[in-house]
Amino acid sequence: MHELSIAHSLAELAEEAARRAGVRKVVALRLDIGALAGIEPGALEFSWEIAARDTILAGSRLDIRRLPVVVHCAVCDADGELADFRRFRCPRCDTPSADLRQGRELEITGLEVETLEGVA
Amino acid sequence: MTTRILEVRQGILNKNDQLARELRESYRQAGVLVLNLVSSPGTGKTAFLERTLRTMVDRGDRVAALVGDLETDNDARRLAASGAPVRQINTHGRCHLEAEMVAGHLADWDLAGFDVLFVENVGNLVCPSSYDLGEALRVVLLSVTEGEDKPLKYPGIFNSADLAVITKWDLAGPCEFDDAAATAAIHSVRPGLPILRVSAKTGHGMAEWLAYLDARRAATPSIR
Repeated sequence: MHELSIAHSLAELAEEAARRAGVRKVVALRLDIGALAGIEPGALEFSWEIAARDTILAGSRLDIRRLPVVVHCAVCDADGELADFRRFRCPRCDTPSADLRQGRELEITGLEVETLEGVA
Repeated sequence: MTTRILEVRQGILNKNDQLARELRESYRQAGVLVLNLVSSPGTGKTAFLERTLRTMVDRGDRVAALVGDLETDNDARRLAASGAPVRQINTHGRCHLEAEMVAGHLADWDLAGFDVLFVENVGNLVCPSSYDLGEALRVVLLSVTEGEDKPLKYPGIFNSADLAVITKWDLAGPCEFDDAAATAAIHSVRPGLPILRVSAKTGHGMAEWLAYLDARRAATPSIR
């Protein structure tokens, strides 16, 4: 269970970005998490409450977008999304492929922040 | 009260990844091949590493090891008997090594004095997969006493590995280990991954393992 370590790293990044932008309150964090990233969203949300406590992130929500695994198939010369990430084969022609193009992401893509009325 | 979206695109483990890149560069400059060994607890990483260090020290290789554990320095003391320099990293409850812990324990070691540095991660097949330690090669170990379908249960770590090592090969018969099933499971999550079969007890497969390391060392250019 390393979601707590991840949550602390996330809090550090988000707080810094929010402060730099002069934000006073963060409502939500948008995250991209790949299916192979080894992160359990429920455990991350649970850890988030602890990591965000006593910061401007307190009470904020995690909007998690799960990204499927995508591999490139040399035979089809095309990318394909895997229905089952335990089976690395081209969804079109069934050729095995280890050429991973998506699925390990662990990224923050944006912050939903509160702004004062009339202040852009 | 209104809300707006502030664009921030950054890897959550950015800090770790940046430090890992710096470590990788320092390894390259020193000409040392660094391997990150990962497995479940009880797979036999330490026994495998013990035999590896002993054999390599005997043939005159300059090897060293960093060993990660939640607590105790039992493994480091065990490995140090090989004569190779060994340091213990205690994570005090953390389930994985991070680049910062590795960097902190390398501080006064002269990396250029080593040919190969082994980093034995904390026994865990989930958490270490997210943390780059700057290694050149990630080696995932699986023992014949574990389920052949383990790679399907932990696809993230097997997919990210450069080599799979099946340990305790001397027990493959008694355990009725189904090598074809294990191989199929490994290749299902990582097509083409090289697989070695070893026994730290009998020495089975150690020659192939050392040949693999030698080939990788030869392929690792040093700028010295």
